[in-house]
Amino acid sequence: MTTPTTHVRPNYMLIWLYLFVMTIAEVLLAFELPVARNLKLILLLILAIWKAKAMLVALFFMHLKFERWRLRLIFIVPLPLAAILVTTVIMEKVW
Amino acid sequence: MTHATQALDQMRPPHPAEPGSGVYSNKLGMWVFLASDVMFFTALIGSYIVLRFGAPGEWARPGAILNVPLTGLNTFLLICSSVSMVKAYAAIADGKRYFLRKVPGKRLQDGGLKFWLLITIICGAGFVSVQVVEYIKLVGHGFTPAGYREGSLLAEHAAADPIKYGLTVAGLYGSSFFTMTGFHGFHVTCGVISMLYLYFTKVLPEKYSPQDYRGIEVIGLYWHFVDLVWIILFTIVYLI
Repeated sequence: MTTPTTHVRPNYMLIWLYLFVMTIAEVLLAFELPVARNLKLILLLILAIWKAKAMLVALFFMHLKFERWRLRLIFIVPLPLAAILVTTVIMEKVW
Repeated sequence: MTHATQALDQMRPPHPAEPGSGVYSNKLGMWVFLASDVMFFTALIGSYIVLRFGAPGEWARPGAILNVPLTGLNTFLLICSSVSMVKAYAAIADGKRYFLRKVPGKRLQDGGLKFWLLITIICGAGFVSVQVVEYIKLVGHGFTPAGYREGSLLAEHAAADPIKYGLTVAGLYGSSFFTMTGFHGFHVTCGVISMLYLYFTKVLPEKYSPQDYRGIEVIGLYWHFVDLVWIILFTIVYLI
């Protein structure tokens, strides 16, 4: 017999602190953009921070980390569809 | 007792679930709505990418027209509202229906559902207010959904430095900026109105209990999603 998994509530204030620090870092990097020598690196950093922030909110504030897989799928399924939508729209523009 | 030794799963509320799905119908409905909203915002963001990178000229540099520090502050406000929302959720899960209560041995009072939800509403309303002020100032300076208004100070600046202000594609920039941030602002406004409704009809009369706080969980999901969308919009519209 398997015992049901129990989840511990995350430290929400710590996640808030991460989000706060990352927002400041993002804004500071953005101010560097017009004078940046390595523009691509800074853009990649900004996008990485953006993704990390979105993941923190989805996993810990929306509790996706603790949800059942069938519920996670509802949120995950539109993401590749969204990527396909953007890609096809861009390709239509290119063609 | 530490959290780890508690037998109750804190992250799976004890609400009656629908057979098969394992979740109650309100929550399932909200997730399905959020999935459709993902596609809605994707369409907006996708259009923005195509318009921006397929446009005949360079777009205005974000800092040239938009007030990035002010919007950074607004982003901070929305992140604070997200954490207060999740604190409201945790408070009612622990049975704290009160506003503030003194805890022996602690200097700060302990916040309950009434306190944290009120903070969320105030932060959400603050976000919308700052956005309205931003719109009024932008339109006042001459930045409209149709581009730079003729005769405005901004149009003069753009004529003097057409590259920095993206003069040739100002209409595209204006329309996509106001559409994307406007739809997001509309979502925030709907969230604030919904939370106000819950606050006066359910939270103040203490109708939620640790056994049933579905409304708080469902509005919380919506609110965090709105925060998540803003994290994306803030980066692509204001920073890049």
